[in-house]
Amino acid sequence: MSITYLEAIREAQSKALADDDNVFIYGQDIGEFGGAFKATKGLIERYPDRVRDSPISEDAMVGAAVGAAIEGMRPIVEMQFADFSSVGFNQIVNQAATLFWRTQVPCPITVRLPSGGTPGSGPFHSQCMEAIYAHYPGTVVMAPATVEDAYSMLLDAVGIDDPVLFCEHKYLYYHLKAESLPKRALPATRARIARAGRHATVVTYSAMLHEALRAAEGLQSDGYEIEVVDLRCLKPLDIDTVLGSVARTGRVLALGEAFPWGGVTAEVISRVATDAFHLLDAPPARLNARDTPIPYHPDLWRYHRPTASSVEDAIRKLIRD
Amino acid sequence: MADLATQTVGATLDLPSAFQEAFRWMVLARTFEEKIASVYRAGKIVGGVYVGRGQEAFSASLAIQLRRGHDVYSPLIRDMAGRAAFGEPVIDAARTYMGSAKGSTRGRDGNIHRGAPRDGVPAMISHLGAMISVVNGMLLARRLKGTLGDAVGATCIGDGATSTGAVHEALNMASVEKLPLVVAIANNQFAYSTPNSRQFACPDLAERAAGYGIAGTTVDGTDLADCLQGFAGAIGRARAGEGPQIVVGNLLRLSGHGEHDDAAYVPDELRASSIGQDCLLKARKRIVAEGWADEAGCGEIEGSAAAEVESAVAKAGAEDAPDPYTHRWSALSSAHFGNHDDEAQ
Repeated sequence: MSITYLEAIREAQSKALADDDNVFIYGQDIGEFGGAFKATKGLIERYPDRVRDSPISEDAMVGAAVGAAIEGMRPIVEMQFADFSSVGFNQIVNQAATLFWRTQVPCPITVRLPSGGTPGSGPFHSQCMEAIYAHYPGTVVMAPATVEDAYSMLLDAVGIDDPVLFCEHKYLYYHLKAESLPKRALPATRARIARAGRHATVVTYSAMLHEALRAAEGLQSDGYEIEVVDLRCLKPLDIDTVLGSVARTGRVLALGEAFPWGGVTAEVISRVATDAFHLLDAPPARLNARDTPIPYHPDLWRYHRPTASSVEDAIRKLIRD
Repeated sequence: MADLATQTVGATLDLPSAFQEAFRWMVLARTFEEKIASVYRAGKIVGGVYVGRGQEAFSASLAIQLRRGHDVYSPLIRDMAGRAAFGEPVIDAARTYMGSAKGSTRGRDGNIHRGAPRDGVPAMISHLGAMISVVNGMLLARRLKGTLGDAVGATCIGDGATSTGAVHEALNMASVEKLPLVVAIANNQFAYSTPNSRQFACPDLAERAAGYGIAGTTVDGTDLADCLQGFAGAIGRARAGEGPQIVVGNLLRLSGHGEHDDAAYVPDELRASSIGQDCLLKARKRIVAEGWADEAGCGEIEGSAAAEVESAVAKAGAEDAPDPYTHRWSALSSAHFGNHDDEAQ
């Protein structure tokens, strides 16, 4: 048997609903229709009250989730696309993320953000929103890169007593498969060494992990051993694992699919440069998407986001420096 | 003048008794806010002070008909009277204004941002219209858990907030879910300095209810009896399962937006019109006219409110301020996450 990244997300939600009557899912088209990506397919049949279609009202969806959390429930909000969470931005960053700070009442909500680009999706169905939400105090931001993590981290997200922005990557939904779901997992807030090496470290997350691993594979024939760190959770950031890797390699490339201005890769570089400047043998490097909206045409899209080939070029430059 | 006893769907209002009880909360609110405003003018309150002068009847009329521990009440900026009527101790309000470490926000937020979410009183954020969907969620959660019973969720907005997308989304959602929601819209004629004519173009905000498939009524916000009866009907219908309700109160804000604002933009004609009447003075006159209390009786209510307010403000003012050195500087409730991030900084 094999299971996809998308099926892992569905299975995690199914288990969360089965394990705790306080869990419910709220989102557009998630009931009978099973969701735009079928992440909730079949769940309404088993949980007719706790899998609820919402109006197209991202602000009110998140506000209602906060209200339900005050009453002790653990809602999962499905945004149809991460891009549309901008409409619910106020409730996420000002209501959900400040609730505990202001009132000492925890806010255990999970907002699922189908993120990232796929060919032909264009400017408004491709965005990576993780940096925006990580910027605000009071949030936890996760970005699983594997089928196993999609499952175990989503279960962790639902169990955490704080608002979790769960950035699941649409490109991985169908492409990524595993043999089975994990029985045990690394804690959600720990980074993972996805590939061991000694000449340079690539720090990345989500779909870019797979571009980084392909690039590392390509460089092996030239004798370069590239270490790849999968951050998994972006906030809190497991900087210790990153610094441990940089201590071994002396070189770091921070890689992300999001827009280049600020963001997760900038945060990683900033932490490495301030905490471990003495470990560096070369200036730290960054690779992100271009600073334009995400293009529709696949030929443009492939040149907008980093790919294994552009990652390989960036690593070669980093090693030469 | 409204009838003294009115039978409404699902609720009976004992008007003389409700009128007198509401009057007490109105007096307390007015007394407290006048005290807080004077402390503010003396420079002893940091940040803003926003009062509900002129809106006390509308505010108290809603909250007095709700039950703490059973219903949800999400007050807004001008609801000191409603907060008190719903059981908020004056000392809680005083502590928040005075920045006491013992206040419900412990100095993390001030003035009207206090609340007790687990007691059914969410703490408002400043973004207008944002609390309605939170009340929706509280009601929905109770329905899913099977604990809703005949509870209602009530919240308050002003004329300005009706222009936000958040209000539209939340009212529509409440109607789709047929939630027992009561939204009080205090139309105090101005959103900060913006008059109704630049805020909306429909003749009456209550007419908007039809667009959501819900009920909408309008009351004279300066008239305590009319407010009590309007809310009795709306709350009764919501409790009886008839879905969301809008109650619009027409009144005038008898203050600036905040105490920093002299409200020079309010025309004198409006102040002199029937909408500019002081609901508190009007209610007091009626109490005396009905013979429910004489001058001395009203004076007793006012004196006891003054004593309670003086004592609470003095006590809160003498309490310690929050200590930045021992403060827990983490926004997460998951302690191990917060600590982890602290170390990394």
